[in-house]
Amino acid sequence: MRLYDYELSGNCYKVRFLLHALGIAYERHSINFFPGREHKSDQFLSEVNPLGQIPVLEDDGLLLRDAQAILVYLASRYDKAKAWYPDDACLRGEIQVWLATADEITRTASAARLHDALGYTQFDIEACRAGAHEVFRVIDDHLSVRQAEGAQWLVGDRPTVADIACFPYIALAGEGGISIDGYPALRQWLWHFRSQPRFIGMAGIMALDLTHH
Amino acid sequence: MTFQCDDRTVLDDWLTVGPSTRLTGRSSTNPYRTKLLSSDVDVWRDGQGKVVARCGDSTLMVQDAYGYLWICPSGKPTKTIFSFPEYAEPGRRIVDCDGIGVAVSGLRMVENFLDMGHFPYVHAHYLGEVPQTEVAAYEVNVDESAGEIWATNCRFYQPKTSKSATTGLDVQYRYRVMQPMSAILYKTAFPRPGEMDAIGLFVQPHDEESITAYCLLAYYDDTTTETDLLSFQHTIFGQDKPILENQRPKRMPLQPGSEVPTRCDAMSVAYRRWLKARGTSYGAVR
Ligand SMILES: N[C@@H](CCC(=O)N[C@@H](CS)C(=O)NCC(=O)O)C(=O)O
Ligand SMILES: [Fe+2]
Repeated sequence: MRLYDYELSGNCYKVRFLLHALGIAYERHSINFFPGREHKSDQFLSEVNPLGQIPVLEDDGLLLRDAQAILVYLASRYDKAKAWYPDDACLRGEIQVWLATADEITRTASAARLHDALGYTQFDIEACRAGAHEVFRVIDDHLSVRQAEGAQWLVGDRPTVADIACFPYIALAGEGGISIDGYPALRQWLWHFRSQPRFIGMAGIMALDLTHH
Repeated sequence: MTFQCDDRTVLDDWLTVGPSTRLTGRSSTNPYRTKLLSSDVDVWRDGQGKVVARCGDSTLMVQDAYGYLWICPSGKPTKTIFSFPEYAEPGRRIVDCDGIGVAVSGLRMVENFLDMGHFPYVHAHYLGEVPQTEVAAYEVNVDESAGEIWATNCRFYQPKTSKSATTGLDVQYRYRVMQPMSAILYKTAFPRPGEMDAIGLFVQPHDEESITAYCLLAYYDDTTTETDLLSFQHTIFGQDKPILENQRPKRMPLQPGSEVPTRCDAMSVAYRRWLKARGTSYGAVR
């Protein structure tokens, strides 16, 4: 199994997180995302992903793009306990809502971060930040209802691919100049996510336990 | 005044506005535009290949050195640009890691670069490892003639000192501050333990609280791919970024009475003293 990857990409992190949680060994194929823009090269576009985006997963003859699609694939195929993507129509329907929301987070919060950190000056930074706040409000409202009922996760009673998909760009929001101080339920959920036993971080999202590898 | 800065020491320095490759495909009618000291600066190459820089109606003093563009905002540089002999040294490989935007003062960025104490916490499993957190004593000297600070005989145990490292290593370090916003560190080259790799940190201050931190490698490493070298360096910078952005105040505390915070090591203290002595205030609390 091989992942087309870049360390600072939150979308790639989603896939690394689940691969680690499932204990799957894989090859990390680093892309020169910045400054090289290798994901926009002719070779990458024609052979890996015509959308010019990462992550892309290669497994057993399958070439799959899109972080959310990859999460669903990995959990469906390799999670024998069916925990990360439960085999239940209602839960899957709800999970899909948050997988789609994750893309909205990428379009807003992640874009703001690319603007501030990697010089993507073509983005309208104020529009990105405002859009991120709109999505965060919706998630925070949902989570505060859930937390009032004693639940901690976006869907069901344990973390799922929905939580993985929404996590990184909320955790990294500050790097796009987006404060999450006004979203207490969101912050509590971030804390829960980071407290999971097999949590791994990425550059910009520190693991709570420094002795853990 | 072209720039919003009344700090002569910074106006008379050479400040980078990014890698020279930014000028590819640019011209006087379609220049590379970037922010320096709160002003828009336009840069391009003229028909003869000479670099031209303008800020509003003023032509700026600019040069191309070490693969980077350097502007002296006042046009009256106190010194020629710092030496960087490793850049042209045979056997070294030059890799430009480009820059990452950080919402912090340039002085804080450089101070963090000089601080070994944060390795085990911020760069856990790479540049340090808890519980090996002790910073051994080292020497700090100010080279008055060159106007630079040097820290020598530094060392730190690192589980993975660079992309090419396959084991932990007791790594020797040397630090050199050439200007308040430009520094180079030298560290044991894993593939050639008798030699030292060089890593340049060049800070472009967009304003007093936001910068781009550029990084240039002059490495002894013939095997690691460029992508892997970039990936390693971006990981390290990406780990520093939230730590830097959460520092309060965002500017460097240099006002009287703010001297010598206990968490600072000898190099931080020397850097702060040197900034005070040369009267640097841009990016500092006033
Ligand atoms: N819907 C995709 C979006 C992926 C995406 O935006 N990836 C970023 C890196 S984090 C990228 O490749 N951006 C380049 C581009 O969109 O041009 C997913 O979730 O995987
Ligand atoms: Fe650091």
